[in-house]
Amino acid sequence: MHRIVILGAGVGGSVLANHLAEHLKEEIASGAVGITLLTDNPEHTYKPGFLYVAFGKDEARVFRRPVRELLNPLVTLETETVTGVDTKTRHVHTQSGRRFAFDQLVLATGARVLPQATPGLAERGNWFYTLEGALALRQKIDQIEGGRVVVSVIGIPHMCPVAPLEVTLILEDLLRLRGMREKVEILYTYPINRVHSIPSVAEWAAKEFESRGIRSETFFNADHVDPEKNVLASLEGTEIPFDLLIAIPEHRSASYLEDSGLAKGGWVATDRGTLAVNGQEGIWALGDTTDLPVSKAGSVAHYQAFVLARNVVCTFRGRKPAFQYDGKTMCFIETGLDSATFIEFSYLRPPRPQRPSKMIHWAKLVYNNTYWLNVRGVF
Amino acid sequence: MPDLTIKQEIDARGSACPGPLMELIRGLKSASVGEVVAVLSNDPGSNKDIPEWVQKIGYELVAAETTGNQTRFVVRKTK
Repeated sequence: MHRIVILGAGVGGSVLANHLAEHLKEEIASGAVGITLLTDNPEHTYKPGFLYVAFGKDEARVFRRPVRELLNPLVTLETETVTGVDTKTRHVHTQSGRRFAFDQLVLATGARVLPQATPGLAERGNWFYTLEGALALRQKIDQIEGGRVVVSVIGIPHMCPVAPLEVTLILEDLLRLRGMREKVEILYTYPINRVHSIPSVAEWAAKEFESRGIRSETFFNADHVDPEKNVLASLEGTEIPFDLLIAIPEHRSASYLEDSGLAKGGWVATDRGTLAVNGQEGIWALGDTTDLPVSKAGSVAHYQAFVLARNVVCTFRGRKPAFQYDGKTMCFIETGLDSATFIEFSYLRPPRPQRPSKMIHWAKLVYNNTYWLNVRGVF
Repeated sequence: MPDLTIKQEIDARGSACPGPLMELIRGLKSASVGEVVAVLSNDPGSNKDIPEWVQKIGYELVAAETTGNQTRFVVRKTK
């Protein structure tokens, strides 16, 4: 039997598993191929939902489903915590002591959020990149009565690169609705010399910020948080007092990938076209865990899964994996409580943000529900 | 003559903007005052971003050596 093992049941791992099961259904039925998906969490979470949880617009349960319900029945699901990958013997090791042999391995392990990487942040900061973080932030947002809110992007790259813009713009709209916009200063900080890593998005967002009275400070690389004084200090020597700090913490791929020699500097070096892990035979990566110069966004993992499924099938059939991912990315950007824009781009085609509208916001809300079909590989 | 021993040599070729700058910042964060970090980039944006950031933070841009389409930036942490 040809053993295909997928690590991670996020959007990349799940869509890939479902596509592979569809491509290889006859071979799986005959016992020639086995697809096993390993995850340490039997629940799948739609992470963009955290933004809505933080603003109290939706409950967390809306954004969660059992992984098993989302997978093709031909995929074997194992709830295991992976501790390492042995690339020489081609085995995956788990905390329970089990070993999973593989002929092909796919790393779809996503990204971890590391608030502890910035001194003082875990004590005094808030974030919305985890469910617990979003729930804690919701309480803080409910309690805002005035003062200064700082939205600080600490780590680049991070999941959903437009989410810091979204949280800033939605907060501004919410405070206006509450009639307290004049009492609250919103300050946005970013590590490089513009407010977003993509120049066209930065240009659009800077104008949006200016028209809505949102201050920004660029070339601000957060160094530490003083939890006693409520001050965010930068490497560049700036100190910003805050009443509420919404931080985008450092991110990294799964720690065992570094230990297994598959990740370096936080991410897995991956071929931008085929999605093969550099220097490895029959090992692939997709989604947030790669070092590719694309957004760490669900749409990226989704589009990559289409390409990677074909390359995994080609490899199984003894053909050259020739399908190429072109950097395709699509992101909605919520610009308030009832408006949004979107960007679509690729390696060679930069994004051009559209004029925000209610219609695009509604399209985003519809997508939040159709996602559950999307992740099943229906489209 | 100041010590030009490179504490860390970062190869950020293939990393798109702002990857090389972020990798340089990460390297300098873990360096001690006086130490030198070098980053190799083939992203055209680095030619603007890296010198601007070094000036903003007040570190020393010891060298910017361009060979073909890639530049090696050598930066000393001065404070």
